[in-house]
Amino acid sequence: MSKKFFFMTIATLALLALLVTSCAPAQPSTPTPTPTPTIVPSPTTTTPPSPTPTPKFRVAFIYIGPIGDGGWTFEHEQGRLMLLQNVPGIEAKYIESVPEGADSTKVIRDYAQQGFNVIITTSFGYMDPTIEVAKDFPNTVFLHCSGYKTAANVGTYFGKIEEPRYLSGMAAGKMTKTNKLGYVAAFPIPEVIRGINAFTLGVRAVNPAATVNVVWTNTWYDPAKERQAAEGLLDTGCDVIAQHQDTPGPQQAAEAAGKYGVGYDSDMAKFAPKAVITCPVWNWGTYYVDAVKKIMAGAWTTNQYWGGMKDGMVSLTPLANFVPADVKALVEAKKAEIMAGTFDIFSIFAGPLNDQTGAVKVAAGVKMTGDEILNMMWFVEGVNGQIPSGG
Amino acid sequence: MSIFLEKRAQSSRLLSALAPLLAIILALLMGAIIIALSGTNPWEAYREMFVGAFGSGYALSETMVKTIPLILCSLGVGIAFRATLWNIGAEGQLYMGAFAAGGIALAFPQGQGWWLIPLMVLASLVGGALWGLIPGLLKAKLNVNEIITSLLLNYVAILWFQYWIYGPWKDPLGYGFPYTAPFGEGAWLPTLAGTRIHLGLAFAVLAALFLYFLLKSTRVGYEIRIIGENPQAARYAGMNIPGAILLVFAISGGLAGLAGMGEISGVIHRLQPAISPGFGYTAIIIAWLARFNPWLTIAVSFLFGGLLVGGYSLRAFGLSDSLVLILQGLILFLLLGGDILTRYRLRWKGGRA
Repeated sequence: MSKKFFFMTIATLALLALLVTSCAPAQPSTPTPTPTPTIVPSPTTTTPPSPTPTPKFRVAFIYIGPIGDGGWTFEHEQGRLMLLQNVPGIEAKYIESVPEGADSTKVIRDYAQQGFNVIITTSFGYMDPTIEVAKDFPNTVFLHCSGYKTAANVGTYFGKIEEPRYLSGMAAGKMTKTNKLGYVAAFPIPEVIRGINAFTLGVRAVNPAATVNVVWTNTWYDPAKERQAAEGLLDTGCDVIAQHQDTPGPQQAAEAAGKYGVGYDSDMAKFAPKAVITCPVWNWGTYYVDAVKKIMAGAWTTNQYWGGMKDGMVSLTPLANFVPADVKALVEAKKAEIMAGTFDIFSIFAGPLNDQTGAVKVAAGVKMTGDEILNMMWFVEGVNGQIPSGG
Repeated sequence: MSIFLEKRAQSSRLLSALAPLLAIILALLMGAIIIALSGTNPWEAYREMFVGAFGSGYALSETMVKTIPLILCSLGVGIAFRATLWNIGAEGQLYMGAFAAGGIALAFPQGQGWWLIPLMVLASLVGGALWGLIPGLLKAKLNVNEIITSLLLNYVAILWFQYWIYGPWKDPLGYGFPYTAPFGEGAWLPTLAGTRIHLGLAFAVLAALFLYFLLKSTRVGYEIRIIGENPQAARYAGMNIPGAILLVFAISGGLAGLAGMGEISGVIHRLQPAISPGFGYTAIIIAWLARFNPWLTIAVSFLFGGLLVGGYSLRAFGLSDSLVLILQGLILFLLLGGDILTRYRLRWKGGRA
């Protein structure tokens, strides 16, 4: 008996074991319902009780990252779960990690063809694909997050995250000792730029000597790269790391260095409890519940929703225990103004505002318009960093 | 005792044909265990994947859309491999082709002339070829390892491409987002009615024909094969080896560049920071599995196109992104493993054989 034979036997047995184990867990197959194209139910028709179950109202979410990213996509997923809890009788599916561009067109079209009533696309780069597919499915409602293009059946939604960002800047400006703050930023686009500006204005409202140092990663989701960028900033003497990224990587870097940080998207304190001062966060669920209910009732018309802290669309997580009471009081007071409606995003971007060179960009007494804020492609005074010049 | 690989005296045709099939079956079985462990019915998941990739006219058309750039890149990589030149740079060459063709498209936003598309095709071929010639020249003149240079140049090419999109070519009406303006319709490759399959498919088939005849019936093609199979003999025969290296890299890069043109002109219709989900890297595996045979390359590319498209069906079915990646990785791993075992056999050294 040769050794070769012995190994052959083992291999065969292993293969058999594979076969058996792979068959064992198979559950009794449940028939998948054939997708029937459904039309948005009009509020006047009442469906009589019938033996066959009526097709559910179906909602699909397209995610840019995995639901476990601990940030952007995680918060949208929380919104989906809230929708399921609060609107009975609907189906809400999701697909994660869909790249922007050509592939997303296919994925969005797939859901539309399967007869989903509402398709929610949760990243800027899905804008053109959403508009393109929407043309061919006039009975489907599309909600696109953070874009600027709409159609009769395409609405957009976004939030004034700059309000909690400003508050987080105030806290960070008080916590820094080196007066150098770091900001790990995804892409040089207006959404990110105005966030950096709001944060910086918050910082300098309480600490005019501080600067905010920006590093671009050119990615929304890359835990390792985001963390490295934060480490680079810490090396140059920054002692508070803020971020416009989808993972807690930068906060973990701050904690490892024994410094502070300001998270984003969702409460990141659980990932870096000793570092995270607070986080500006998204609460998509309220909007999703509201919008889907309106669509189901036939009461929805296309719109561009832009909700602030007062509307519950965005909020600031509670300041960490290590934050001194006077800093807490300062932030709470400003927060109370926002909730009372006496301070908002337009108050943040009100003159006098200087650009990085110190030149006056917005004169005293002038407020930037919503469109100007959404198009912002310049940094305020106090930001160290460059925006690649565009055509 | 140690294990080593011994080249089989002759690999049996039957085994070579069966190996990929066995590899896929084995990968699916192993994948089934993982899927079952995650609480999903593997059978249904696989059905979903298959139906999503090949189960309807629409699914087939989407698979074909992905197949086009895979064929072009794999052909390019394949001809280099034929000459034992390891061009790992198809991804970068694809981006440079897209850069050159995109530059033309943006320069003629209203361009409705018949000449615009041919000019873009030419530009992409030249762009890709020039980028391919950098490692080619370094190899031919200085004998610099082309694996390293072609691989590292990928990063340079992608960053160069992105610089233009973040900077000078950014759409002024795009709210600062990193996209160029959409191309005028004169710069769009025509598509097959109702699908996204574009004229690039014809380019891919023509390219396969071209390579087939080049290798089979031309002197240069003969030289390329000899250089690949027996470089010593080629040198003794007085063949122009540096010249052949340059030619191979130019063709290889040009084809990848053409793939980039197909993506932006046929599918995306503008430039954006990422235009390829790694077509140039997948092409390396395809070229290897297809034994550098142009016709087999088309078939294998179609299979891989299906793997990419089916992945989205799996995600939509509820499988997590990482599971899909694990499954795709398993199939690749076992395909390559099976391929090696048909050419080599495992021997145990030290023990009694």
